[in-house]
Amino acid sequence: MTAAADTSTQTAETRASWALTLPALMLFVGVLVIPLLMTVMLSFHDWGQYKGIEPVFILKNWQEIASDPYYAEMFWRTFRIALLATLITAVLGAPEAYILNRMSGRWKGIFLLLILGPLLISVVARTLGWALLFGGNNGLVNKLLMSLGLIRAPLPFMFTETGMVVALAHVMMPFMVLSVWAALQRVDPQIENAAMSLGAGAFTIIRRIILPQIMPGVLSGAIIVFSLSASAFATPAIIGGRRLKVAATLAYDEFLNTLNWPLGAAVAVLLLLALVLIVVGSNALIERRYAEVFR
Amino acid sequence: MAFLELDGVGKQFGSQTVVDDFSLAVERGEFISFLGPSGCGKTTTLQMIAGFLEPSRGAIRLEGRDLTKVHPAKRGLGIVFQSYALFPHMTAAENVAFGLEMRNVKRNERAKRVGAALAMVGLKGFEERYPRRMSGGQQQRVALARALVIQPSVLLLDEPLSNLDAKLREEMQIELRQIQRTIGTTTILVTHDQNEAMSLSDRIVVMSQGRIEQIGTPQQTYERPASAFVSQFLGKTNDFAANVDRTAQPARLVAGSWHAPAPVGVTDTVTISLRPERISFADSGLAAKIVTRIFQGNHWLFQCETECGPAIVIRQNDGSPQPGEGEAVRLDWRVEDMSLRASGGAA
Repeated sequence: MTAAADTSTQTAETRASWALTLPALMLFVGVLVIPLLMTVMLSFHDWGQYKGIEPVFILKNWQEIASDPYYAEMFWRTFRIALLATLITAVLGAPEAYILNRMSGRWKGIFLLLILGPLLISVVARTLGWALLFGGNNGLVNKLLMSLGLIRAPLPFMFTETGMVVALAHVMMPFMVLSVWAALQRVDPQIENAAMSLGAGAFTIIRRIILPQIMPGVLSGAIIVFSLSASAFATPAIIGGRRLKVAATLAYDEFLNTLNWPLGAAVAVLLLLALVLIVVGSNALIERRYAEVFR
Repeated sequence: MAFLELDGVGKQFGSQTVVDDFSLAVERGEFISFLGPSGCGKTTTLQMIAGFLEPSRGAIRLEGRDLTKVHPAKRGLGIVFQSYALFPHMTAAENVAFGLEMRNVKRNERAKRVGAALAMVGLKGFEERYPRRMSGGQQQRVALARALVIQPSVLLLDEPLSNLDAKLREEMQIELRQIQRTIGTTTILVTHDQNEAMSLSDRIVVMSQGRIEQIGTPQQTYERPASAFVSQFLGKTNDFAANVDRTAQPARLVAGSWHAPAPVGVTDTVTISLRPERISFADSGLAAKIVTRIFQGNHWLFQCETECGPAIVIRQNDGSPQPGEGEAVRLDWRVEDMSLRASGGAA
């Protein structure tokens, strides 16, 4: 084959591959990139109670977010809740996955289904379940505890950060369990026997042998849970309501209640930027930390 | 008293008996192989010695004390796993040091012993490598060093060479034997590879369906297989039906046109079991026709159709002319090269 023909086949191949990816690329640009860019632009527009949205370029919304401590407090609350929910899922989910992995065939199947089951139910339904259990004087658990005389007043759950953290941790648990589970699948089943034959006790085996190997799974699960929790809408909306706002519910309210679309857009864009930074940053850290061991 | 003693050991999973009445006495410094096809119970037996499984019956004693009462972490046995089971998040040196750390060996002493162990398996300079970045053979050596550095009373090897390619396996066999001879650790090897078992062990325990078929030196098990299973499993073998002709004086053992004086005590019909390399082409003997002739470098392999059924003959390639395909030949062998079994027991 001559060099010229070679080049022409190559260009033809390149063209073909572009043509083949074009439909997916157009969809990606059309439904994700363009709306995202429009949202970014929207965050620089002006808005007034009577004049509505004015397509001008000003920094008003961003200045408001930066100067008003209300927003700082709200973002701080968002990430605090996400971080606590992530910690709870990690502390409970990692042992859960480990125990699940050690179960024998039939039980493993049943319990895996139990853990994944909640994913089949709407987040709204699951969160409302918490509200039914702990919602004020009429919550089932509250009623029971009060009738037993264990508590005087209903446990504060609704409209509290604790409530939000607990409900979010519950909703996000399957993601953590699945992520750790996937990491456990890569662990050599004989490795615990190997450590035991060298004289290690049960606790040492978990701390020195198992935990370091499933840590990448815990961390990637943490990234998933954190980003989903920080951008969660349904759970904070139901548990926190209007009183305790997080970034997602605030953006929603600006869009649909106040109708201040530009401010809502600025909040949403800031949340997105912060999440991307956190996720990309921690992912890079994890990859560097474990590159040598787990390719 | 033997060093390691297994006395009527059995293992049952539900209603299924995996190991049955396993008794063996291992002397100090001996190299023993458990040989058998997969599912014969050899790995189960090894795991019972290691303590990962509890025997359903019988006793395991090390230097007279009951081993089954000792927690696996306290047995002090060195184990090399089929998958090596190295700790992927630790370097080669850290892997080897782990057992010493568990024994609270001081840091200086530890470093010295780890270095010596790695040098022994030929991995000097690989201390800081992670297992992922080592070849299968190197990982195997790390696993061996890790098992040996704790100076185990018994070294247990669970199909350690089965994941290596043929050439490397042969090298590792020689090396394993040398290391074992040098340090004199009592060793038990589980394998399904008869060549591996024969080239490495002092004694072979041939197992089938959870039972011991034969315990003996490699020569004994090869030359004098105790059962049809052993003769079939350890290399190729020919079985000929033969009977005793009492009309002749003295009585003769007859297989087709081949005959020899009947050995004492042999009556009626028997099965002659014969290794292919012990058969020679001669002027008289069992009539046969060569079906195929295969050249295999250092030897020729003949597949023959004889009066008593198909047979395999192996002749050394010593330069002498060999019969060709389709040629009629006579097969002969020395009486002492065959082993006899009562008929009906043939596989």
